[in-house]
Amino acid sequence: MSAPTETDEPPRAAPTAPPPGAPPAGPTGHRRLLTRRDRITLALMAGVPALLHVALVWLTALASVALAFTTWDGIGFDTIHWVGLRNFRELFTTNPQFWPAVEHNVVWFAVLILLPTPFGLFLALQLDKRVRFSRVYQTAFFLPVVVSLAVIGFVWQLVYNPDTGLINSLVGANRPGHYIDWIGDPDLNLWAILVAASWRHTGYMMILYLAGLKSVDPALREAAALDGADEWQTFRHVVLPALRPTNTVVLVVTVIESLRAFDLVFVFNKGAHGTELLSILVTDNIIGESSRIGYGSAIAVVLLLISLAVIIPYLVATFRTERRG
Amino acid sequence: MTAADRPARRAPVRPARVLLHTFLVVTSLAWLAPLLWALLAALRPYAETSEKGYVSWPDRLSTGNFTQAFEQSDMAHYVVNTLVVAVPAVLLTLFLSSMVAFHVARFDARVNLSLLLVFTAGNLLPQQVIITPLYRLYLLVDLPGITASGKLYDSALGLVLIHVAFQSGFCVFVLSASMRSLPHELTEAALVDGASVWRLYAQITLPLCRPAMAALATLLSIWIYNDFFWAIVLISTGDNMPVTSALNNLSGQYFTDPNLVAAGALLTAIPTLAVYFALQRQFVSGLTLGSGRG
Repeated sequence: MSAPTETDEPPRAAPTAPPPGAPPAGPTGHRRLLTRRDRITLALMAGVPALLHVALVWLTALASVALAFTTWDGIGFDTIHWVGLRNFRELFTTNPQFWPAVEHNVVWFAVLILLPTPFGLFLALQLDKRVRFSRVYQTAFFLPVVVSLAVIGFVWQLVYNPDTGLINSLVGANRPGHYIDWIGDPDLNLWAILVAASWRHTGYMMILYLAGLKSVDPALREAAALDGADEWQTFRHVVLPALRPTNTVVLVVTVIESLRAFDLVFVFNKGAHGTELLSILVTDNIIGESSRIGYGSAIAVVLLLISLAVIIPYLVATFRTERRG
Repeated sequence: MTAADRPARRAPVRPARVLLHTFLVVTSLAWLAPLLWALLAALRPYAETSEKGYVSWPDRLSTGNFTQAFEQSDMAHYVVNTLVVAVPAVLLTLFLSSMVAFHVARFDARVNLSLLLVFTAGNLLPQQVIITPLYRLYLLVDLPGITASGKLYDSALGLVLIHVAFQSGFCVFVLSASMRSLPHELTEAALVDGASVWRLYAQITLPLCRPAMAALATLLSIWIYNDFFWAIVLISTGDNMPVTSALNNLSGQYFTDPNLVAAGALLTAIPTLAVYFALQRQFVSGLTLGSGRG
């Protein structure tokens, strides 16, 4: 799921409960039979990986929160100074890039959920009709998900390049005085990148929905057909309700992907004017010219809070059904 | 519907089907268009496209740009960098997360639910949430003699560790679900017979999880190969970059020749595509394992 890395990181599917057929966990019974050595083995088996994960993922996330209330030049620990909410105040009131970045992240999510997601569902519905060559079509739509976002960035630059790009060459805008600057123009570049992002997201959503459609009971569809329901009615009343778990996963994956969006923008124009994103602002404070640790952490905290607001309710709901199962 | 009545339903060509296929052919060609456009540009010599323009009938196609991009950028070197990170990272992630999953699926239901929550939630966080302290941590950890840089920063080891820590969240989730679907009696019986916990894990549980492990291995290989962000931030020496992130520097070098950049970018996609085509089923099932209920 990484959800994936996705972004990046690639894309990833978000988790849901295991299949309902899974037997309920009744594992405490095993405990009685364990020797001392077994207990030590067990503790190490879970402990070592958990330590690595918690240290590198959760402790660093907590450190982001702590650093957000400080300034630090990164040289020695004694230069860490507590500044309270100053970083946040500055972020919300004086940083010219922060609110545009928030807006772009929101636009990113809105576009992904409104265009490629329904289109991916539409493609999945078509390919689920026992179409011949279904595999071939699926591969075509899915290829952008397999290729790295960096490569996608370069491929789309060939489409958007003002001088040599496909679009400008086709519409005759590749001459001095007529240029359409898809990558440089701050009114255009976010939308240009979103076309590439949507191109990729569609295939990802199609695969998730194709998997989800397998869970629709064929008997119900037959019944609907016998009752004279047309395609739309069957979709509306039989298929869509059965896709509820998939829709939840899709929603979570899309939110996370919109927050993680980074690679494409970085390859396109490094998040310059018009394409600022929260992820880019955080990174600028590490490898950019002005490295401000506390300030960058404050932006990371904003990202963390938004993601947790989505992740926690989702996981609580998921694991609750699992326990009941 | 049973398999038997399917052939009988093969209807004569219906207009709706023709329409469907037309739609699918046109859309999938449109979907491939950007990649095909890049391929065409990469196959044409720069001299020709700069003279005739890119939207023109190609006089001559050659793989010259590919050979040139491969040799001039020393791509083999960067692919080796990637392998040095990806192979240990995939193996270690699978090894560690299968152990946690085994624990979660077989013992201590209550503790394990929280363990599972921690791993899964951690994997869903955007990488940028943790990158600032991680970057500082990597600069602080001194490893003289262990890594070439003497630190975790700018080392393959550092990349392996963060990949393992981050990706194990997803793998624990998938593998624990897969292990939970194994019959409980299987391990119970072995325990009664006096088998050790390790034997239970290594010789009984793991072999039964081979399909899930294969799916995850495929998925992880592609994700880690495709990673861009971790290496951009955590590697400073251009020579140490894995190939996907190195692409960024290479394109800066050749920005005057888009055909060469296209060839370079497509070359780096070849390994991912090869793995995908060879292990398509594993990849797709891995991606949808966590979602849906199939």
